[in-house]
Amino acid sequence: MFTEFFQRLSVWEGIDTWIAVTGALAAMACALPGTWLLLRRQSLLGDALSHAVLPGIVLAYLGVSWMEEIGWLTAPATGSGAARVAEGMSLVARRQLALFAGAALSGVFAAVLSEVIQRWGRVERSAALGVVFTSMFALGLLLIRLFADRAHLDPGCVLYGNLEATAFNRLGDTTIPQAVIVNGGMLLVNALLTLLFFKELRLSTFDPDLAAAQGMRPSLISVALMSVTAATVVAAFESVGAILVIAMLIIPAATARLLSDRLSTILLLGIVVAAVGSVLGHVMAITLPAMICSRLGMPQVEDASTAGMMTVAACSCFLLAVFASPRHGMARAWYERWRLKLRIVREDLLGSLFRREEAASSQPQAANQQATIGDPARLSWFQRLARQSLIRQGLVESGSHGDSLTESGTAAAQDLVRSHRLWESYMARHFALPNARLHDTAEKVEHFLGPELQAELAAELDQPTTDPHGKVIPTPPERL
Amino acid sequence: MSNHLDSSPLSIHDMTVAYQRRPVLWDIDYSAPSGKLIAIVGPNGAGKSTLIKAVLQLIPAASGDVVFFGKPYREQASRIGYVPQRTSVDWDFPIDALGVVAMGLYRKIGWFRPVTKKYRLQALAALERVGLAEFASRQISQLSGGQQQRVFLARALVQDADLYLMDEPFAGVDAATERAIVDLLRELRAAGKTALVVHHDLQTVAEYFDEVLLLNMRLIASGPVEQVFTTENLRRTYGGKLALLDQVGYRMSHK
Repeated sequence: MFTEFFQRLSVWEGIDTWIAVTGALAAMACALPGTWLLLRRQSLLGDALSHAVLPGIVLAYLGVSWMEEIGWLTAPATGSGAARVAEGMSLVARRQLALFAGAALSGVFAAVLSEVIQRWGRVERSAALGVVFTSMFALGLLLIRLFADRAHLDPGCVLYGNLEATAFNRLGDTTIPQAVIVNGGMLLVNALLTLLFFKELRLSTFDPDLAAAQGMRPSLISVALMSVTAATVVAAFESVGAILVIAMLIIPAATARLLSDRLSTILLLGIVVAAVGSVLGHVMAITLPAMICSRLGMPQVEDASTAGMMTVAACSCFLLAVFASPRHGMARAWYERWRLKLRIVREDLLGSLFRREEAASSQPQAANQQATIGDPARLSWFQRLARQSLIRQGLVESGSHGDSLTESGTAAAQDLVRSHRLWESYMARHFALPNARLHDTAEKVEHFLGPELQAELAAELDQPTTDPHGKVIPTPPERL
Repeated sequence: MSNHLDSSPLSIHDMTVAYQRRPVLWDIDYSAPSGKLIAIVGPNGAGKSTLIKAVLQLIPAASGDVVFFGKPYREQASRIGYVPQRTSVDWDFPIDALGVVAMGLYRKIGWFRPVTKKYRLQALAALERVGLAEFASRQISQLSGGQQQRVFLARALVQDADLYLMDEPFAGVDAATERAIVDLLRELRAAGKTALVVHHDLQTVAEYFDEVLLLNMRLIASGPVEQVFTTENLRRTYGGKLALLDQVGYRMSHK
């Protein structure tokens, strides 16, 4: 299987590198505004923007071709070498600037419009957004239909993008795809803006009221963020389409948020996840579909859409983070729960051994009945595990009459039983419950008291020596 | 405005605040005395937070004007510290306690500049004043409610303002934090600062504050606690809203 994987990967060519780089740059550029949107709890706004910019793009595109037609802008001349590269650059720059402007304008228009609809239509924010971005996207599609002869835009391409094709759309004589320049430029701009305005973005995201009181104009920052997001979306649009741009805005940011609690680290990690996801996505796109489909009897399938696979790869990174994140991951939570459970079972074993020995010293005949408590055969597997760890740590030793506590085991058990009986005394004072009912709660609470609360309880109860059942409250030797 | 006292830290002249044309504060006329601890007291919906936000221009006032130390807010902003309600922000935001306190210095630091060590030390000193120095690098989501409130106070303290506006700093805090806040307020007063504090607990008004401002959509009474904080005034503040005021407000927003 691995040989097949590498065999399929060996068809990797220069163009594959460019496809991966283009996708990575688009995703990295999206990750930065995506992180800010995530922290503002406005990820849906990115979704909305990626659709709402469409009419702006179409109109800008039409505007540029119209201006070229009437001669305000000159179409690229045929030259050679450096002159042609420069010519190409300036064409890309002009067209892209127009698209950015159109997108930013319609993005901000959408944000303002949804605000207005929310206020006057008396609907909640997400509903208002839903109304605006679907309508504007529909308007964009309509414009494409109407001016199909002029705007060479394909509705399918708008939705799904065409990363493979954009990689062939090169800059002049070079092998560098135009999309690399555009998305790379966007990444640079976003990185620069984030560095310059880190403080301001952070404060206006965390506490817009204080930002306003400090004279920062958070609404202006918000509009600026929307515009930059719209421009970034447009840059990525051509390569990955409106749907997948959402994934690029949200998934790397969400993954990074799971992995760290430091804002600067989150921003950096978002970029890294975006890059890794994209490269991995292209690798998967040219290997996995063929490998899976040939086994399913469909040998004609060669590869899949790279943009789609990039999303799958990013999503896998996200799922991995959900599971294995050091601080917020499920694995960590499971491990903590397991450790707590082990501790409780260990302490319960210590407690029952202590009570048995306590009973044996006062009533020798009762001890014989209970002698089986320490019998390993009657323990569950988890209790056996706990018992083993107690023996390993020298708290319990096993002998011919079952298990018994060592000296340090007795001290630990006394501490636990002290917690238990103090809590029973405390409840007996404050709760109107029969004494027989005190045990069950104390059995749970005993594991969580710790020395400070124990001392506080003892002080409040005037250092009691016996519990409500008349049993002695033990005092561990080191605390005498 | 010639009728404003230049010495007053906060002078509000005939201010009316409306949400979508419906007035929530009517014709507030008030001058805060300097160097005092002043409680803003009133029932829910009386417009206490609105008053603070309106004087800070966080929400627009429909009419009236406000001056701080004789000048408009924009010229005096650095002399005014604001402590918003603790619940107004997202405490899951990825930042540590020191980072939040340093936010109080952003204006001083200025645009484009990073938070340097000098400012971090100032922030640390402010955290120390509220007894949280050892929590400086703790994530804010892992602080207790009382600790979060003290971080907010430290953020205002680090500004070294002359007037503090605090929105319910005592809401939902533990006894230790309440003690710490009271000590801090007295420290501020001893240094000649003024504080206006939205306060909910009528029991402690007389103990913690010098002056009181009774509010219920309009200014009911203001002045020294011993003169103004009377049963009669409290009855007027809490004895229901003025029915007519409410009705007129409703008509103004629906016609």
